[in-house]
Amino acid sequence: MRPRSLVPLVYILFLMLPIYWLLAMSFKTTNEILGGFSFFPQVFTLENYIAIFTDPTWYWGYINSIIYVSLNTVISLCAALPAAYAFSRYRFMGDKHLFFWLLTNRMAPAAVFALPFFQLYSAVGLFDTHLAVALAHCLFNIPLAVWILEGFMSGVPKELDETAYVDGYSFPKFFVSIFLPTIKAGVGVAAFFCFMFSWVELLLAKTLTAVEAKPIAATMTRTASSAGYELGLLAAAGVLTIIPGAIVIYFVRNYIAKGFALGRV
Amino acid sequence: MKSENPRAWLFVLPVLVLVAFNALVPLMTVVNYSVQETFGNNQFFWAGLRWFEEILRSERFHAALGRQLLFTFTILIIEVPLGIAIALAMPRKGPWVPVCLVLMALPLLIPWNVVGAMWNIFTLPDIGLLGWVLNNGLGIEYNMTTSPVAAWVTIIVMDVWHWTSLVVLLCYAGLVAIPDAYYQAAKIDGASNWAVFRYIQLPKMKTVLTIAVLLRFMDSFNIYTEPFTLTGGGPGNSTTLLSIDLVKIALGQFDLGPAAAMSLIYFAITLAVSWLFYTLMTKDDP
Repeated sequence: MRPRSLVPLVYILFLMLPIYWLLAMSFKTTNEILGGFSFFPQVFTLENYIAIFTDPTWYWGYINSIIYVSLNTVISLCAALPAAYAFSRYRFMGDKHLFFWLLTNRMAPAAVFALPFFQLYSAVGLFDTHLAVALAHCLFNIPLAVWILEGFMSGVPKELDETAYVDGYSFPKFFVSIFLPTIKAGVGVAAFFCFMFSWVELLLAKTLTAVEAKPIAATMTRTASSAGYELGLLAAAGVLTIIPGAIVIYFVRNYIAKGFALGRV
Repeated sequence: MKSENPRAWLFVLPVLVLVAFNALVPLMTVVNYSVQETFGNNQFFWAGLRWFEEILRSERFHAALGRQLLFTFTILIIEVPLGIAIALAMPRKGPWVPVCLVLMALPLLIPWNVVGAMWNIFTLPDIGLLGWVLNNGLGIEYNMTTSPVAAWVTIIVMDVWHWTSLVVLLCYAGLVAIPDAYYQAAKIDGASNWAVFRYIQLPKMKTVLTIAVLLRFMDSFNIYTEPFTLTGGGPGNSTTLLSIDLVKIALGQFDLGPAAAMSLIYFAITLAVSWLFYTLMTKDDP
């Protein structure tokens, strides 16, 4: 083994340490955690996980998160696909400014928008619904999806469109049956990014929900502050929030490298 | 060549409506608050630009901005070169590549408050792995809740842990896109490793590096959840970054006017720096 390949190895080890510790904590009993330091769980217990899966306030947190994240991914992609097509194929009045304006929405500190968002979604009667969080996350996910998809679409030669029209395809038919399959890697990558940013965001999700659509991450905050030191439970909940991301990333593993360059290498 | 098509606006319309709804309405609300004064009861009085003047002169704002700049600057200085170095050392092909990539991407997919909670558990002085090893194994006194230096080191290490992978993955994508012929040509010319890096790899990574630095700047400048979960801005005010301070003013003290004015100044700074950097980096592009 060359010394150079040690660098990524050491880095991955560094990444895994806090995750290992979370995992180890989640299998310990509260007594053991408070009793002192141990590298491995002395008494291996599933107590913390059982507590989560039997308590509706816990597992509904997961279901809520998954609902609004999926909803957001679908909305973002449906809106972003035609827009990205327009940006990659046509010139139109104000296109460049529009593109930059879309990107600026990633720059607004979410903390700034928390209160106005609460007022806006209360005013339109969507407060505490999954749709509210899904729509709010469009703020940063749609620009990102447009950006990624535009990159992938620009890599497809324009001749493909023209040939299809010569062959008598209508635009919607061409778009769905020829164009979409051509850029399916791009769609997958965009979906992955929407999922990721919606899944990890908490501030807006927490502000826009109370009971009905409360995300899992917010349930964790409550436990951390109110129920004192239930570290094992907190760790188990944390471990469970990593799993959906890990599953999604496994599906796009072969596109990750290109995907992270947002299609424009 | 792109063709002129005014109807393209129809394609963009859904995006426009959705983003405008989420961006413009809240932004207008913030602008509205920033020029008014309220004593509760939904009564508002015109305050003009008073809040802006007050914020720009306030030492508290300067201190928070200073901490924010220090934080963003430090993590960029660490994460960008480290990310490039790791990407260069990664194997280009082989069965281990997807495994490495998946493991590296993992921190990016953890909810931000879980990242904070995880690092909290990891660094507890008596029962956290890192805290215990530092205190008992190496004999370094380490306690985040009492020492500002320890708190700072911890939030920086946490951010490096959380986000360096983004830089790695972006740079790696740039590197694998370089055709082998470039390296062969360099070999024939007898180019040194440094020359290969400086004249082949770095220029090819320029686009992705621009994206990486932009994203890292924007996100670290707006960071809230992770440091708040980890340190709560303490000990004292030592890790109260801009957005933590902002939330304290807006939701803690409910001073909507000053908080709104501060938000707009904050947003303007982010926008200006990003625009400047973006323009500088893309000015040579066709």
